[in-house]
Amino acid sequence: MLAGAVPLLAQAGEIPESFLRDPDAEPPCEALNDTVCVGWAIDNFDRYVNPMLEHLVLVGVSVLAGFLLAFALALISHGKRWLVPAVTGITGAIYTVPSIALFLLLLPITGRGTTTAIIALTLYSLQIIYRNMVLGLGNVPEATKEAGRGMGMTSRQLLWRVELPLALPEIVAGLRIATVSTVAIATLAVFAGAGGLGAEIYNNIAFKTGIVVAGSLAILIAVAFDGLLLLAQRLLTPWRRARVS
Amino acid sequence: MPLQLPVAGLLDSFEGAIDFILQPRPAVGGGIEVGGLAQCWELMAKQIEVSALALLLALALALPVGLYLGHRGTGEFLAVAIGNAGRAIPELALIAFMAAFIGVGMLNVTIALMVLGIPPILTNAFVAMRQAPQGAIDAARGMGMTEFEILRKVELPLAIPTIMGGVRTAATNIIATATIAPLAGVLTLGDFIINVNVYGNDGVLAGALLVALLALTVELLLAGLQRRLTPEGLVLEQNAAGVTA
Repeated sequence: MLAGAVPLLAQAGEIPESFLRDPDAEPPCEALNDTVCVGWAIDNFDRYVNPMLEHLVLVGVSVLAGFLLAFALALISHGKRWLVPAVTGITGAIYTVPSIALFLLLLPITGRGTTTAIIALTLYSLQIIYRNMVLGLGNVPEATKEAGRGMGMTSRQLLWRVELPLALPEIVAGLRIATVSTVAIATLAVFAGAGGLGAEIYNNIAFKTGIVVAGSLAILIAVAFDGLLLLAQRLLTPWRRARVS
Repeated sequence: MPLQLPVAGLLDSFEGAIDFILQPRPAVGGGIEVGGLAQCWELMAKQIEVSALALLLALALALPVGLYLGHRGTGEFLAVAIGNAGRAIPELALIAFMAAFIGVGMLNVTIALMVLGIPPILTNAFVAMRQAPQGAIDAARGMGMTEFEILRKVELPLAIPTIMGGVRTAATNIIATATIAPLAGVLTLGDFIINVNVYGNDGVLAGALLVALLALTVELLLAGLQRRLTPEGLVLEQNAAGVTA
């Protein structure tokens, strides 16, 4: 039977022990299991600054790397459409593997730490960004491309001056989805030993104030990134605003 | 060669994990027997059970609302906002919050997982219904179909691929997050991952392998279901589009 599994976690309220937790960490708040201590959260906010920075690095590097990879793949498969189902299939299969599992499956290969988390998170964002890039490039009207060719554009000029700008809304939409999801998934990077806001939650799993503070910070980061990307899209596609107004 | 990968060590790691799945062994701390097919199946069955329950509940709640709003063409802001908000929920924070504030147990975990499943199903159902070509709907109305018949016989079949896309995303998210359900007292495969001091490193890797296997299997099954539900005409049309694109 599974006797081994039960006792550690079934004792409600106690902080379960694990290799990821710091056994010396003292209960950070007097009312550990009772309430959310707002005062404590304000007094000890500096405790969350480092995990937040770790989180930002995880997300920033992963989404950037995912974007560059997706961009390269999209450009390659733009000329060779038969590559699209192959790339979508492979990245889709990786995307299906739950993030915790991917982190842990990478551990024997890349070891514990930020690198492992970034590799996994990059693969996730790659899938979303690539799919939207292909969608965006595919949605460019044939007539517009014809017009560009008629003006004497080479296929390279056509790509950079016509197709990519017109695909920008879909590309940015993909970036936003990827960024917001990555902020959320990065809370699980603690299983790769990469810290982040998830570590604050996991290391004090019964500490209500910590859960609320770290969880809210993760959501705030997601909303902030989303807003920034939306702003970037508006600045990069002035013609869309012109058409609306 | 300093860049040589530790291939032998890598194979050992995965061999150990597979051995853990196949053969029961004493726990790291001694005493009880852990691992083996019987325990692996027991934990996997729990993960399937809680995931299936959550997915069914999410379907029952989100699908009718999404289909109705999409058919009516109202509530776009709601449908899109819920979809966006859903992606920003940090999985670890959600499970920890549920366990700390509401309590551990099957019901609470099911509800938490259901919350993760609702946004993609609702948003995709909404978008799918909106995508139905107005010409097809007008044709159906001209043939004397009632509003309900239009929904069931025209819009719904055309919407199947997008709806199923949402269901597959929901299933992937739910199964992934069910992995950390042991933090809230439901012993899924994540128990192998979280309690390394009982199961050892082989157990952690075995848990990751089994979770990945489960997620990929479910994804394949749902992809098969989608293929069976998609109207033949739509498949032909998509194939034709794929060839010319």
